[in-house]
Amino acid sequence: MRNALHVLARWLFVVLLAWPVCLVVLGMNVRHRNRLPRDGPAIVTPNHNSHLDTLAMLTLFPLRRIARVRPVAAADYFLKTGLLGWFSLNFVGIIPIARKRGAADADPLAGCSEALARGEILIIFPEGTRGEPERMQELKSGVAVLASRFPDVPVVPVFMHGLGKSMPKGALVPVPFFVDVYVGQAMTWNADAGGDRRGFMARLSENMRLLGEKHERPEFE
Amino acid sequence: MSSANGLSAALVAAPAARQGIVPVPAGLPQPVFPEAVAWAFTGCYALLILVTLAIAVGRRLRPGRDFTELRLRVKAFWFILVLATLALGFNRTFSIVCIAFVSFVAFKEYLSMIPTRRADHRVLFWAYLAIPAQYVLAGVGWYGLFIIFIPVFWFLALPMRMVLIGHTQGFLRAVGMLQFGLMTCVFSLSHMAFLLALPDAGNPNGGGVALLFYLVFLTQFNDVAQYVAGKLVGRRRIVPQVHAGKTAEGLVAGVGVTIGFAVALAPWLTPLTLPEAVAAGLLIGFGGFLGDITIAAIKRDLGVTEGDALTPGHGGILGRVDSLTFTAPAFFHFVYFLHY
Repeated sequence: MRNALHVLARWLFVVLLAWPVCLVVLGMNVRHRNRLPRDGPAIVTPNHNSHLDTLAMLTLFPLRRIARVRPVAAADYFLKTGLLGWFSLNFVGIIPIARKRGAADADPLAGCSEALARGEILIIFPEGTRGEPERMQELKSGVAVLASRFPDVPVVPVFMHGLGKSMPKGALVPVPFFVDVYVGQAMTWNADAGGDRRGFMARLSENMRLLGEKHERPEFE
Repeated sequence: MSSANGLSAALVAAPAARQGIVPVPAGLPQPVFPEAVAWAFTGCYALLILVTLAIAVGRRLRPGRDFTELRLRVKAFWFILVLATLALGFNRTFSIVCIAFVSFVAFKEYLSMIPTRRADHRVLFWAYLAIPAQYVLAGVGWYGLFIIFIPVFWFLALPMRMVLIGHTQGFLRAVGMLQFGLMTCVFSLSHMAFLLALPDAGNPNGGGVALLFYLVFLTQFNDVAQYVAGKLVGRRRIVPQVHAGKTAEGLVAGVGVTIGFAVALAPWLTPLTLPEAVAAGLLIGFGGFLGDITIAAIKRDLGVTEGDALTPGHGGILGRVDSLTFTAPAFFHFVYFLHY
């Protein structure tokens, strides 16, 4: 019963919010959608410019699998107030993650590991924060840690353009722009890391940057 | 209400254009558009079925030839025709909402391809607000405000909002580009919606819907006629730097065919006399050409090549309505001046 309610809440969020906003108000152009994982466990790593990024990512997966697609989000931001936390956990389906290290022995990625073990698809924004709109920042290494724990799980880089123009940090209403989404080739720890976290993150970062460079975009200052 | 009452009421109340030759008996679903428009749509479907069959036959006869472009174009027309039938088939309000949505997507496509400034987030939001306002004005038929709302009020409101942000670098470029998009994608196209708000009395042959059909059909047909004529007999390029496919021969032959159709359809769908129909054909023929090359010039300027993947799947709405940005206001004011 509880599980069915959870699935229903996730569906409502996607059908009543993510779809109307991303597919009608904005409009998405997705390249290589077939490179997205059909089933978990998998990690998808988009760049991060806007609150709309999570909505946009959720529209890329079929509805019947949406309950198994889990955005990873900062606990210090989304669990700040009770109402936002309740909404984020139940309707958006986030897996909260502590951005600041707490107790020395606590594993900040425990929630993510459990989800991967359950066969879920994680959406992780490796930049860690939205930052300046439409500018990519250095990636945090959490994805590499997870990949090393699950060495055969595919890590799929995604580059999105337009959402930061539409609703940058601080903006309250989205302004419609078409969104370009580029899905890259899957990487795995076994195939791409050579046992080195830094090397893995460098390759992931490079792959995301190259995806974004494939297309000329109008300037945005 | 008894059925006899319903029948007489339908016969008395129906405007002349809806009666047609054989009135639909009461109790059956009444036609949603004037009979002339229903026939016109039927004609379009027949035409498209013929073309589709012709291509199928052509592929059998000449397996070596590449029909891909032709097939894609025909597919797009099927799509447009079905959508147009749905958009006009319910009621006037729904039709106007559909045209407003076309404006919205075209404007969004325009904004997505021009350079924008981060500081102008709110200004862009204000620009979008003009879309519902303009189409409400069209819907209620408030001509006086409809015709000045964007060219006067929003023309002043946007720079006002922009200057209050206080970011002067690139100010003129930003405000100018925004105004151009609003004028073409919203103001120009909204004239299609105002055709639907015109009083039925001005056009005994089907009212505003028939005029809208006449405008859109001739504009689309003119595009195809110029394209085909250009391929068949085109030699001299008119504006090679802007649009390589436009030739003098294609233009003249295309406009000629458009005038022919304008004259043939005018007695069925419009109040236009013969010389007026010739003029309407000229207006739509040349207007469509100018709209087409103007949007092409903008895309060239911005470095967006035709068929670019900027909006794949969305099929480039701007490319579909480029001719209408000129023909819609031109044809509207032509008819409005002569018959309303």
